Amino acid sequence: MSVLASLIGQPFLRYALASGTVIAAASGLVGYFLVLRAQVFSADALSHVAFTGALAALAAGADLLLGLYGGCILVALAMAALGERGRADDAVIGSVFAWVLGLGALFLTIYTTSTTVGTSGVSVLFGTIFGLSAGQALAGAAIAAGVCLALVAIGRPLLFASLDAGVARARGVPVGALGFFFLALVGVTAAAATQAVGALLLLGLLAAPAGAAQRITARPFAALWLSAGIAVGSLWAGLLIAVTAPQVPASFPIIAIATGVYLAAVALTRGRVRPARD
Amino acid sequence: MTPTGISWNVVADVRQLLMFPFMVNAFRAGTIVAVIAGALGWFMVLRRQSFAGHSLAIVSFPGAAGAILLGISAMLGYFAAAIAAALVIAAIPRSLGGQPRSSESAIIGTLQAFALACGALFVSLYGGFLTSLTGLLFGSFLGISGSQVLVLLIVAAAALAILALIGRPLLFASIDPAVAAARGVRVRLLSTIYLVLLGCAAAATSQITGALLVFALLVMPAATAQRLTARPAASLALTIAFGVVTAWLGLAAAYFSIYPVGFYVTTFGFAGYVLAVAWTAARMRVRSRYAAAAEQPA
Repeated sequence: MSVLASLIGQPFLRYALASGTVIAAASGLVGYFLVLRAQVFSADALSHVAFTGALAALAAGADLLLGLYGGCILVALAMAALGERGRADDAVIGSVFAWVLGLGALFLTIYTTSTTVGTSGVSVLFGTIFGLSAGQALAGAAIAAGVCLALVAIGRPLLFASLDAGVARARGVPVGALGFFFLALVGVTAAAATQAVGALLLLGLLAAPAGAAQRITARPFAALWLSAGIAVGSLWAGLLIAVTAPQVPASFPIIAIATGVYLAAVALTRGRVRPARD
Repeated sequence: MTPTGISWNVVADVRQLLMFPFMVNAFRAGTIVAVIAGALGWFMVLRRQSFAGHSLAIVSFPGAAGAILLGISAMLGYFAAAIAAALVIAAIPRSLGGQPRSSESAIIGTLQAFALACGALFVSLYGGFLTSLTGLLFGSFLGISGSQVLVLLIVAAAALAILALIGRPLLFASIDPAVAAARGVRVRLLSTIYLVLLGCAAAATSQITGALLVFALLVMPAATAQRLTARPAASLALTIAFGVVTAWLGLAAAYFSIYPVGFYVTTFGFAGYVLAVAWTAARMRVRSRYAAAAEQPA
């Protein structure tokens, strides 16, 4: 216990816990709606955009955060605009993000050949939760908290629009605007989560807790909070493991625990009647 | 003759490209990969399984990283991981209505993230060779050996032969799974075989383009061709042609510049796709104008 207490005293762990908790909560909340709306592929695309955005900013000598958030939000809005005409075609999403990723490879080359230290490129891919400065941790936590609040505010109409868009539209819910706003929130979450678990792994924080929560309960709001809880729990447990085993990159235990929770949920609910919206 | 860089003399450029054996091997491998990725990617776009295809492409990264860690052949790791992931995805119940279930995308997303996390773990346990990490992720066309080309050729030939055997019922099952199932087509079995083939194609492709950029050769040529024509045979042929041209142009451009091959392959592929979209839109506009003119009394 005293070992743990002395570890909590370390600033890097405090920053990781503080910002990681809020980012994981935001990922769990956003992820629930992503799974419900079958838009996980869009989040997959955005996670790759996060990589390219960050490296574009690095290659241009700008602040990494600018490229990260700018790229994610722009592409999220573009995808929402394409989807609104009724064709959320996954071939379009796939073609666009394959190219974006190719651009990322280009920026990575430019960045690593122009500077001597080339580890930032890789840390964008796999995250640096223990390397956050006080300012970065605070900014990440504040932004993720904003996402949580916004999502709770639009939660009820968004749920209605996700479950039955036609009826929701008939009842006067602005389905299109909600979808637009929701994808922008996904973009912000992807950018924030990139700092915690990395561009390539954030999909695990978005998809696994939400998938597990949906297996466990069919009640929407219970599943929503459960999803956030599983995400935060995975992050805490993952950080704990990473602290005791320094040779393991912190992102691995976080994602592995989230995946394990999902597997456990699948195993436990095997015999049960499936929820109506599965 | 020594390499002199690119010039306006196309014959000299091509001769320069093929001067070194590693480049000849790269072109051979690129061609094989483009054909197999095009053929299976065409069905992938038709079946709306891009997300599954992307995840299959990604698992080749932990496969290769794990194989390197264990000290066995990376190629074995690529194929073992891709086939294992294909079987997992095939085990997910898929609705017959065509609309993917929401739980399906959650499972695929979790699988993909977990695979990547394992890849990150393997790389850091291995000692974090950053150069090989970017090679695994973004590909390298240098150092493809003759025996690698041979393995690629055998895998591709086997995959294409199986695809030719199941092609017709697979097309039926892809376009209308409910009717196909009613007519006695074994939709589930076909889907499993198809996913395993897609995994093999992804594993083969990722050795050239890297795990992150396989998707370019899988999705872009198919998306381009399906924009241009609705006839299955014609668009399948177009897909393969686009894929091969994209791979050749990408390899040639990468040879003459310092930037990675993945960037050029994705950029040429995406340019083709954008041109196809623009061409289709322009054709539709002309056609509707003619239609409007024909409707008006003279």
